[in-house]
Amino acid sequence: MHSAPPVQKYVFIGVALLVFTGITVAANKFHFAVPLAITVALIIALAKGSMVAAVFMHLSHERKWIYGALLLTVAFFLVLMAIPIFTIMDTIGTHKPPFAVERPSH
Amino acid sequence: MNIPYTVEERPDTGLANGKLGIWLFLASEVMLFGALFSTYIILRTGSTEWPHGELNVALGAVNTVILISSSVTMVLAWAALKMNNFGRHRLFLIATFLLAGIFLVNKYFEYADHFARGEGPWHNTFLAIYYTLTGLHGLHILGGMIVMAYFIGPGASLWKRSPEQFTNRIEYTGLYWHFVDLVWIFLFPILYLL
Amino acid sequence: MDHPTTPARGVQEHAHTHVHEHAHEELGFWRKYVFSLDHKVIGIQYAVTGLLFLLFGFTLMMIMRWQLAYPGKAIPIIGGLLGVANAPGGIMLPEFYNQLGAMHGTIMVFMGVVPLAVGGFGNFVLPLQIGAPDMAFPKLNMMSYWSFFLGGVTMIVSFFLPGGAANSGWTSYAPLSVTAIGNGQTMWLIGMIFLITSSLLGSVNFIVTTVQLRAKGLSWMRLPFFVWAQFVTSFLLLLAFPPLEAAGVLQLMDRLAGTSFFLPSGLVVSGKALTVAGEGNPLLWQHLFWFLAHPEVYVLILPAMGIVSEVIANNTRKPLWGYKALVYSVIFLGFMSFIVWAHHMFMTGMGTTMSAFFQTTTMIISIPSVVILTALLLSLWGASIRFTTPMLFALAFLPMFGIGGLTGLPLGLAPSDIHLHDTYYVIGHFHYVVAPGTIFALFAGIYYWFPKATGRKMNDTLGVIHFVGSFIAINLVFFPMFIEGLAGMNRRMYDGGTMYTHNAAVLHWNVVQGYAAWALGVFQIPFIVNFFMSIKWGKAVDRNPWEATTLEWAAPSPPGHGNFLTEPVVYRGPYEYSVPGSARDFSPQFEPEKA
Repeated sequence: MHSAPPVQKYVFIGVALLVFTGITVAANKFHFAVPLAITVALIIALAKGSMVAAVFMHLSHERKWIYGALLLTVAFFLVLMAIPIFTIMDTIGTHKPPFAVERPSH
Repeated sequence: MNIPYTVEERPDTGLANGKLGIWLFLASEVMLFGALFSTYIILRTGSTEWPHGELNVALGAVNTVILISSSVTMVLAWAALKMNNFGRHRLFLIATFLLAGIFLVNKYFEYADHFARGEGPWHNTFLAIYYTLTGLHGLHILGGMIVMAYFIGPGASLWKRSPEQFTNRIEYTGLYWHFVDLVWIFLFPILYLL
Repeated sequence: MDHPTTPARGVQEHAHTHVHEHAHEELGFWRKYVFSLDHKVIGIQYAVTGLLFLLFGFTLMMIMRWQLAYPGKAIPIIGGLLGVANAPGGIMLPEFYNQLGAMHGTIMVFMGVVPLAVGGFGNFVLPLQIGAPDMAFPKLNMMSYWSFFLGGVTMIVSFFLPGGAANSGWTSYAPLSVTAIGNGQTMWLIGMIFLITSSLLGSVNFIVTTVQLRAKGLSWMRLPFFVWAQFVTSFLLLLAFPPLEAAGVLQLMDRLAGTSFFLPSGLVVSGKALTVAGEGNPLLWQHLFWFLAHPEVYVLILPAMGIVSEVIANNTRKPLWGYKALVYSVIFLGFMSFIVWAHHMFMTGMGTTMSAFFQTTTMIISIPSVVILTALLLSLWGASIRFTTPMLFALAFLPMFGIGGLTGLPLGLAPSDIHLHDTYYVIGHFHYVVAPGTIFALFAGIYYWFPKATGRKMNDTLGVIHFVGSFIAINLVFFPMFIEGLAGMNRRMYDGGTMYTHNAAVLHWNVVQGYAAWALGVFQIPFIVNFFMSIKWGKAVDRNPWEATTLEWAAPSPPGHGNFLTEPVVYRGPYEYSVPGSARDFSPQFEPEKA
């Protein structure tokens, strides 16, 4: 980073993040169905996270090695999120109900 | 004996050693918190009912604001060094440290409130993963504060001896700190809102 | 041919930008040998500590083998020393057998092989092979050793606490591990956190060092395969270990904070219902554990392949066959290793879709392994083989790894795994890869690099005795396991399988294996004697006794602080042996063309 740091940009992004936080809390007031709620929440969080990563962490103009290491990490992160739950909710292609079933009353 | 590229960048990779090092460390942290997020997914889908409204959303939101603000002060602390203003750097670094402290104090009040009602991690699976996620995150905040305290205190003398190296170290601290903020950006909606 | 005696210096001297280490003052004993920042000292610390733990873990197995050969009989000589809680009257209790089993695995994998292969060989050889003065982060390097040391001590101490050491298998499956009484399992978890932290710190160091500190002219495709192997291994450690660290924290919470991450609802232990919140999932532990533990087995084998490659190239006086294939294979292998883990979980009730997914990825991952083994085998074709002691072990590695790898195939295929899962077949498979596989490769590495570290060669006669005795004994220990496993003999049975009639036809193998294991122990004595004797009285050698081509042989034997007397420059690839038209049968990487 040999040019002067973009101080104004940092402050602007900071304000944007606070605004998005407000949006996150406001969105919570709407009672979406769970899958939709999760989607909306994740999209907003991803937007905020991208701003932090790209601007504060200078990721928008980083070196290839950093991008490569992070790409690898994201790939394995997604594997860790998705695969385990698939193995215990393995109803792909069947008509069985999802994992949580009604419990017999005691 | 000098280790090359401790301060200056290696021409073909464009990196100083510490920059690559801190990013690799952050990659491992992504996997660490990732395992806990995976745990959350598995436990929640496997539960009969998942509690709602057990957490103090207002306090969580306040803490989110605090942490985002501390990210801003952190990057400004580094920017000040790039503009050769050590005094301004110190101000922003101390501000970051204080904001982090307030975050932890708020967390203490949150935890204490729950414990007063007997709601420890044993109470239900939701609280178990809540305490674990926020607890591990809190430990990371504490770790960051220790590093900041070092650079406010004894570590600050490096600025006189090698301003470039000091600036780099603050940058790496900042990267770590922004990551901690990033984790919270996901934790807050997942735990408090969904 | 003499090297000028300029003092050791790094590549760039920016005095105004660098904080000087205490490089030019004489360090006291503690800073020089105990809390050293020098990668060579740290490497030797890792290696010696790792070898000691290997010996300890091996001893545990030798004791187990008595119980398996002669179940219920008092253990001779040392039976009385084990204590009343473990072996009253010298007769091993089942609980103690389980401790030995769980800790044998844990110690061998995490405190023996990895510290020696990665911490020891990686630390000592890697900076030398890339022409660096040290690792990128020497202080971090030292911290990672001491973290390993603390973790190791925690594990060993657990034997002496009430209730003894962990006894739920090295895999620590829930809910058995969560509900295990005593402190052993808790200590295991704490120990694992130290050990994992050590590996994480080390992996960052290795990757940055390899990327940033390569000497001038040392491009990626001129790197010795050993460096590539360590580089990929480091990525495995970096990205696969953290989930196990998280899982360890979760299990600690289950054991100490009353949580139910891994405890399902309605669990009854010893007739009493557990008063926990429940709704946890034991399979969650398995997923998080195996997410690490599968890449971990590649951590065990990759450095070994790296060592064997160096020794084979050197002792065939030929370039390795298929260098590019080796490099692309090891990268592909590393990547695939992250998406095969649930082949350890075929019996957990996964549906056919996910079973098929993991079966497929597992079959795919065998391809790069076979490519690497084939390339090494083809490297022998037309070679002038020098049967040095390291080469004996490196050559033996090839068929041993072949057997280990091939026996993995019926385990990776879900249908056959139904029959073989949790039997001795599995134990035979993985021991073949790790014991006559990796450990033989590590022996090769010790005999090969001992002269670099000490300036003396180890004795060849003792080396041959060590090799021949170990090779025969080790095959007698592990080959019968395939027979036992195919007959259906279960793992982890403290009585050697006598309680099941279907084992009757294969029980006699336990006796054979017992004597073979003790013989294997006896044949390590020539190695131990050789190792220590040679430090003082081994034949003195110069900097390149093996007439090798890679950079570490440019440094003095042993190298001083900063490693190289002049800045190393690389002029060619790593395995330029028997170059046509050349005066000698080797052209080192670091020597310029003769005018």
